Amino acid sequence: MKLTGTLERRGLLRGGLSLGALTLLTGCDISDNDSVHRALAAMSRWNDRAQAALFGGTRLAPVFAEKDAVKDFRYNAFFAAKDSPQLAAGDYKLELSGLIADKKPWTVDMLYGLPEQSSQITRHVCVEGWSMIGKWSGPPLSVLLRTVGADLSAKYVGFQCADGYHGSIDMASALHPQTILAFKLSDEVLPVKYGYPFKVRIPTKLGFKNPKWVTTMYVTNRYPGGFWEDRGYNWFSGL
Amino acid sequence: MSAALGRITPRRLRVHRTPLIVRVTHWLNALAILIMIGSGWRIYNWYPALPLDWQFPVWISLGGDPRVTQGLTGEDGLANALAWHFGALWLLAISFVVYLAYGLLSGHFRRDLLPISPSGFVRDLMAAAQGRLAHRLGEQNIVQRTLYWGVMLAIVLMLVSGLAIWKPVQFSGLTWLFGGYETARVIHFLGMAAIVGFLVVHVALSLLVPKTLQSMVTGIATEPADEGISR
Repeated sequence: MKLTGTLERRGLLRGGLSLGALTLLTGCDISDNDSVHRALAAMSRWNDRAQAALFGGTRLAPVFAEKDAVKDFRYNAFFAAKDSPQLAAGDYKLELSGLIADKKPWTVDMLYGLPEQSSQITRHVCVEGWSMIGKWSGPPLSVLLRTVGADLSAKYVGFQCADGYHGSIDMASALHPQTILAFKLSDEVLPVKYGYPFKVRIPTKLGFKNPKWVTTMYVTNRYPGGFWEDRGYNWFSGL
Repeated sequence: MSAALGRITPRRLRVHRTPLIVRVTHWLNALAILIMIGSGWRIYNWYPALPLDWQFPVWISLGGDPRVTQGLTGEDGLANALAWHFGALWLLAISFVVYLAYGLLSGHFRRDLLPISPSGFVRDLMAAAQGRLAHRLGEQNIVQRTLYWGVMLAIVLMLVSGLAIWKPVQFSGLTWLFGGYETARVIHFLGMAAIVGFLVVHVALSLLVPKTLQSMVTGIATEPADEGISR
């Protein structure tokens, strides 16, 4: 009977440990451990692949009615709205680099003159959990990519922004019909604080994958990462 | 015959065994669920799904000490919590499906978790409240069986509502079924609350009857064969 008693206690102890250890350690040690970070990063890369496999290149994000679109859209960045980069229409140039045939820079007039412009009323979903429906207008990013002779078989399209932000997306998402250069929000020329002269609006991705104040676009096969992705957020971040 | 046997073995023992696959999936499920709850609390804090001015204390949530994490990676713990959440998701999905498949194919569900009925539930609940409910190792009363079905249903609900929140474009029909993106978040929260409620009862009962815990760890536990009423 003594043996049973010991076994019982050992079982209790072990069970108690596995249940309690996490609750006790969660606050600090576990998450801030280097090898844990590496393991989580490996899982995140696996999730990139799973999401790419799930992604439907022509599957459309739900569109909403005009009345659902928020007029006073939430401002969101890691600095105050008044500190937004002021890009003047006269000086602005979109630089192109990487696997693009025609790398001549694009002015605001050239961009705003792109064909196939249309409006979409879609849900912007933030990684923090909030979401908001807005109305954006502009041409598909694919039109620009085709016009400049980008290598559409390359893996990534990357963006550098005037505020130091940078990001990248997979080519399939870049070519998605709802991925647009948003020149307008709520039918008005995109205000400075929302990314003038344009925001890359990608309704199939989380909000932080929708760069604003873009000054350079490049196409590459080398993984470019991104501002938040380099800090541990999932890269694909598809919806 | 039985009298003779009784003389040879002074105390007859009822042996209860828990198959390895049940033990492994049980503890993997437990680990994954604890990770998902802890990280889910941290994620909730960033933008609560409920219209309440309330948050989970950071120290019981999973995602690191915000200041330490900020120093290490330059983000204050949301990315870390999300990485835990979507990492443990696969562990839970695989381990839970393996358990479900085993439960269905081996007859474990039919044998140990059925039948259940509303009247039986009330009867066993009343009996338990009055301390009259017999407990034998490996045999679940109707209240317990119902709770196990309930928590399995809650886990399914969490996986499906989680998918509706994670992929509101790829599975937009599913998100619509949950009443839209915002409602799906609330349902996902309520499912968590149900699982936490189950865990409180489940852990309390296993501590009250330590042999169940022993059997879930070592795979074997015994009790005197004549023991029926005791705990």
